[in-house]
Amino acid sequence: MITALLIGLPLVAALLLLFTNGEGAKRIAFVASLAELGLALFAFYLLRTSPHDEHLASQMTMNVPWITSIGVDFNIAMDGISMVLVLLTAFLVPVIILSGFEKKHDNPSLFHALVMFMQMALVGVFVARDGFLFYVFWELALIPIYFICLLWGGENRGKITFKFFVYTLAGSLFMLAALIVLYLNTPVGMSGTHSFNISELYKAGQNVLSPTEQSLVFWGMFLAFAIKMPVFPFHTWQPDTYVTAPTQGTMLLSGIMLKMGTYGLIRWLLPMTPDALERWAPVVVALSVISVVYASVLALTQKDFKRLIAYSSIAHVGLISAGILAFSVKSGSTEGITGALIQMFAHGVNVVGLFFIADVILSKTGTREINELGGIRNVSPQFATLFLIVLLGSVALPLTNGFVGEFLLINGVYQYSIWAAAIAGLTVILGAVYMLRSYQAVMLGETNKVTAGFAALTANEKAVLFIVCAAVIAFGVYPKPLLDIMQNDVNALATMITESVKP
Amino acid sequence: MKAILLLSGLGIIALFAELFRFRKALYPIVILGLLGTIATAVSYWWYDDGEYNKYFAGMIDFQGSAVVLSVIILSVALLWFVMSANYLRTQTSETDHTALVLFALVGALILTCYTNLTMLFLGVEILSIPLYVLAGSRKNDLGSNESAFKYFILGAFASAFLLFGIALVFGATGSFDNRAIAVFVEANKATLPGFFYGGVILMMIGLLFKISAAPFHFWAPDVYQGAPTVYTAFMSTVVKTAAIVAIMRIFLTSVFGGVGEFWIPIMGVCVGLTFVIGNLSAAVQTSVKRMLAFSSISHAGFLLLAVVAASSFSAKSIIFYTVAYSVASLVAFSVLLNIIRITGGDDVESFNGLGKKSPLLAAVMTIALLSLAGIPPTAGFFAKYYVLTAAFSSDHYWLAIIGILGSLVGVYYYFRIIIAMYFREAKEGAEYSVDAQHQALMFVTAVATIVIGLLPDLILNIGAPAAVVAETLQK
Repeated sequence: MITALLIGLPLVAALLLLFTNGEGAKRIAFVASLAELGLALFAFYLLRTSPHDEHLASQMTMNVPWITSIGVDFNIAMDGISMVLVLLTAFLVPVIILSGFEKKHDNPSLFHALVMFMQMALVGVFVARDGFLFYVFWELALIPIYFICLLWGGENRGKITFKFFVYTLAGSLFMLAALIVLYLNTPVGMSGTHSFNISELYKAGQNVLSPTEQSLVFWGMFLAFAIKMPVFPFHTWQPDTYVTAPTQGTMLLSGIMLKMGTYGLIRWLLPMTPDALERWAPVVVALSVISVVYASVLALTQKDFKRLIAYSSIAHVGLISAGILAFSVKSGSTEGITGALIQMFAHGVNVVGLFFIADVILSKTGTREINELGGIRNVSPQFATLFLIVLLGSVALPLTNGFVGEFLLINGVYQYSIWAAAIAGLTVILGAVYMLRSYQAVMLGETNKVTAGFAALTANEKAVLFIVCAAVIAFGVYPKPLLDIMQNDVNALATMITESVKP
Repeated sequence: MKAILLLSGLGIIALFAELFRFRKALYPIVILGLLGTIATAVSYWWYDDGEYNKYFAGMIDFQGSAVVLSVIILSVALLWFVMSANYLRTQTSETDHTALVLFALVGALILTCYTNLTMLFLGVEILSIPLYVLAGSRKNDLGSNESAFKYFILGAFASAFLLFGIALVFGATGSFDNRAIAVFVEANKATLPGFFYGGVILMMIGLLFKISAAPFHFWAPDVYQGAPTVYTAFMSTVVKTAAIVAIMRIFLTSVFGGVGEFWIPIMGVCVGLTFVIGNLSAAVQTSVKRMLAFSSISHAGFLLLAVVAASSFSAKSIIFYTVAYSVASLVAFSVLLNIIRITGGDDVESFNGLGKKSPLLAAVMTIALLSLAGIPPTAGFFAKYYVLTAAFSSDHYWLAIIGILGSLVGVYYYFRIIIAMYFREAKEGAEYSVDAQHQALMFVTAVATIVIGLLPDLILNIGAPAAVVAETLQK
């Protein structure tokens, strides 16, 4: 019931917003998203305090027939893994709405309706336990963000958003094909149809499919997730889209939407085709590691600060993906997956902070060119401090939120291959290099003509940055709640996968 | 059967409207008449066994899938009349047009229920001949004339193919009757003469022509573009549905189902070609009308893919697809009609800035295009999904993949319009007003597109008994 509410609340908010007009829309959206956050925290609290409660489990799931003639159910459930991502979504959406409080949008009610609609779809993706439902939510998330980018984006947005749309849709369609193949291999049940239930699909993938079919399904799904994250060589849509999208759109894309891909790897790819994973892991881990190094090197050469963050995001996600895919079916060690989940949360918070900082700099100086800026610290020391905290989180300094995840991820990759870990570890160093260098260029040094007029932070900007910085430090110092809530479910997932391949 | 009589009567009444000067009352009469016809067709739902449904010595059998599909065709026709009322009213020969459309509908209904190959031929002809006239109904327009001429010449060719094919099948099996042919094919499968297969091929060519599948599609773009827009809409909804039903009733049942291993590969090649040619050609069009013509070719590919799959999903998926596609097409065409009326052009540029000028038109057009492109939660998505399931279930992996890639190209040309509507600036001056009737039509059909997409069971559950009928015919 609570899970259904988490989906329903943003949907109702979105529909209500369509009937409002004027600037009140952002307030309504903000209140709705706060309510959603409260609800998510309540769910978190329930899961945390009584993880083995039967009654609670039934409260958190909902399974009603939807399209009975083809065996599709509206089947949603909440476990620790889903909880982390739902909490991330519920935390970031109000921050994102708040970050736009001082912006003037054309048609604010439509904008915020799309944001809330997107939240509905994102939560849906994270809690769906039915292949068809998962796919529908997956696509539903794409439509609002496409229109957000198309209607409120920057220069040349027609072409760029279109490329983004087609790219991601191409991936999704191959996932759909993979899901259909799995579906057709489930046994025909009581109702006379095959089933899209996730556990039935797991069984079909693990036991029924031939090795070749399993490989095809693996690649079909991997393509969808790899494009969404994105991983080299499927990343070419990403930098342009991130730069062109309105800042809040970029935050949604990078903060939450790309986690659909990494979440998909954990929930839908690993357990579905463990044998194919065993076979193809060298290739996909290599792709992920290449994307880490490639994006880091490109980030070093960027002159536009927003584009630099876009590339750094590819690097971070590459590491997350490597950590998940390095999951060894034989040992079943869970460091990679745990690290990935922690890092998804941390990366979401950090990247939203960074894009907001880029936006603040742009709105106060009129440029994002790193070389034209400099000496902002002299004008606004407070901004400099807040920026530094977010930046340190992003380069994974101990005691910031980035550290825990990155440490576990590299540990996970290390167990798979020392070389891959060594190369992926470079990202930490390279990341520090390009982030600190850009910080130096933007914030330190002599104040010049462009930056001299850097106005003091407004109350709204302060609020957003304080919230982000608080999260960076809080989850760095005390990540235990997140680790605790997911650990049981990650272990269960790992056991399920390892047991499926033993005989 | 009574539906067919009623519809013919309605057509004759329309012919007399000019003579007896009740032309003004014709529109309400037609709407009421169609509603009555639909009700009559529905009433057959409860008589779906025994001899009650058979007419003309068993040459037509109005039951199961026939009822469902004729109701679909008639409902789409009803919506079409609502859409075209304004256009028809401006024509001096309004009554003739109305009568011809109603007669074409009679042909379409016969195609839903024929159980004899002569009735198949009659149905195809009754459907086609009024359309030849209607395509050329703008007498002073060169494009309209060209359209009618091309349609007629090539259509006559296709009819000849169909007829020759029927003759060969008759020669081989000694019967025109569907069941008799099925029994004969079953019993003498090993010793069927070569010209039987020739007949199957010729019939297939004739019918693929009617549904405008590649490589028999060359007439479609010119005809669709030249014909008055309302008839283009009619051809790409009602006629397409009737044609796929005609194909389904012999190729998806035991009539030719027994020799599937012979024609499935051939039709499979046609489906692949249809996907490639339809989508790639649509992608390079600048005229939206012509683009919709090519895109209707690619949709014919999806319908035929379900036939090629010949699985237990096929009949239901075809029924669902025709509904989803017809409804979305009607929305797209009504928006196009309004755009042509307002801006005078049918280029993609004519849609520029529609998002600001007329949010309603832009919103319903977006829903229609999303449905045609197959994006959830619209009906078009589920339609494509279901056809793909049918294809995968009978291991037509390659065709399914080509279809998927084709629909990606589809996204390209459909989204060009969405981008034009929301991203580009409109020309100044034009007055974007839409009359209430069109507004209501668009609103209802756009909502239907989403409701059917979210609750596909609404259609599937009606389709299920129809599919059962198709399966029993299969046995």
